[in-house]
Amino acid sequence: MRLNRSAMITIAVALALFASLAVVVTAAEKNDRTMSEVPVPAIPQGQGERCVEDTDFMRRNHMTLLMHQRDDTMLQGIRTKQYSLKECVNCHAVQGKDESAVSVSDPKHFCRACHDYAAVKIDCFECHSSRPEIDAASPHDGLIAEMLKE
Amino acid sequence: MNRKADKPATAMPFDPGRRSFLAGTAATAGVALAPGIFLYSVGASRSAEARALDEAASSEVRWGMLIDVNRCDSGCNDCVSACVTENGLQGHGRPATDPQWIRKIDLRDPNTGREQSLPVMCQHCDEPPCVDVCPTGASFKRADGIVLVNKHTCIGCRYCISACPYKARSFVHETLEDQKSYAPRGKGTVESCTLCVHRIDDDRQPACVEACSDTGGGAMLFGDLNNPDSEIARRVAQYASQQIRADLGLNPAVRYRNL
Ligand code: HEC
Ligand code: HEC
Ligand code: HEC
Repeated sequence: MRLNRSAMITIAVALALFASLAVVVTAAEKNDRTMSEVPVPAIPQGQGERCVEDTDFMRRNHMTLLMHQRDDTMLQGIRTKQYSLKECVNCHAVQGKDESAVSVSDPKHFCRACHDYAAVKIDCFECHSSRPEIDAASPHDGLIAEMLKE
Repeated sequence: MNRKADKPATAMPFDPGRRSFLAGTAATAGVALAPGIFLYSVGASRSAEARALDEAASSEVRWGMLIDVNRCDSGCNDCVSACVTENGLQGHGRPATDPQWIRKIDLRDPNTGREQSLPVMCQHCDEPPCVDVCPTGASFKRADGIVLVNKHTCIGCRYCISACPYKARSFVHETLEDQKSYAPRGKGTVESCTLCVHRIDDDRQPACVEACSDTGGGAMLFGDLNNPDSEIARRVAQYASQQIRADLGLNPAVRYRNL
């Protein structure tokens, strides 16, 4: 009895391993974006030439920048645009089917595309708008584009 | 005169009357105080004009409001609707729990039958009880006197709602969508009038004040109470005005005339 059972478990595990391997292989074959063995997230391209910092730096450190900006703005009223969440959302807007920018409820949203892949969950968009809102009354618009030209 | 200007700094650092004393005596004490006053008035009536985007709010400034109750019509709700539109405060048809950052109050003196109407919002106290009771420090007073909720650290305990004698705060009960990008709000946190802090930092007036002068009675005046040259400081120095429940000693930044 005992032997039989462990043998059965071994076979089951071997089968499961084999099956998952097969899935990984097909996934890698289907992923024609790169020839790499691992699936990569499809991150939509931001507008303009470059981000507010080097792309590599942004991938690793955007959360720290945002948290600092959050406190500076909230507590002291510092309204610089470079690391403002509003500006990330403006510049990284992704067009949906109806020409307007998608909200974070759409998996194609810039922040979600990557976070879904990396299993990160943020609560920011429970309060913050995940779509751009052009604030015509603000005289400071275009400051970032200006700044990045230099 | 010099002695007077120097003394309060050491003798009573928190004397709320000091600023208005200086403002009130500015005319007679012109010569001696002139250099200091000049510094203040460089930024004209709106000190924020001088504040750059990367500059922190300053305690030199104290934002406040003066509301002339005689000019406020009981049928007019323009300040309230402007606030709702500006901050995206869509309700759910549930008056008991829907957000309310500013509301109109109608008063009637039972002895004389005289009726008055006035807007009431967060009074932006100098000594805010909501800040005292907050267990996380989320309820705070910014350097320039604006009392705010840091929703990033608000845990939704609602002590501040109970502590506020003006019933100025609301709680968000529902999951929200399509908030204004400049006015983030979300379920599980407390909120109240921010004096339209996003507009102030952008050198604009609060939405209610703008609406009141555009389409309402022009009853609301916004400005820097600390700047003796500002319209609001001049008016509070010149005419009698009062704070609601002044007996509580909270020294609100919202003052009323003809109440
Ligand atoms: C002026 C427009 C602009 C703004 C504002 C902006 N970005 Fe970017 N961002 C870009 C562009 C363009 C790229 C792609 C750069 C590249 O291809 O190397 C990018 C790339 C990124 C990446 C890497 C994406 C990848 O493909 O791996 C991250 C993460 C990122 N941005 C986060 C942010 C955050 C967070 C903010 C707000 C603090 C922000 N960005 C603000 C334009 C912007
Ligand atoms: C419960 C609501 C709420 C949540 C959740 C929230 N915020 Fe905020 N956030 C606010 C409010 C309110 C402001 C102040 C807006 C103002 O004064 O203009 C703000 C301001 C900011 C600002 C400065 C304004 C800007 O657009 O640059 C940043 C940055 C920011 N938050 C980042 C974050 C990040 C990152 C998260 C998620 C980790 C987050 N917030 C989650 C309510 C929220
Ligand atoms: C290139 C992929 C990528 C993109 C694009 C991206 N993120 Fe992230 N983000 C991550 C990863 C990975 C983490 C987790 C890092 C960790 O746990 O150390 C993270 C973490 C965060 C955190 C901290 C979460 C926490 O609980 O500590 C915040 C806030 C955040 N991201 C905001 C954003 C916003 C806002 C955007 C869109 C403007 C965005 N991210 C776009 C990869 C990305």
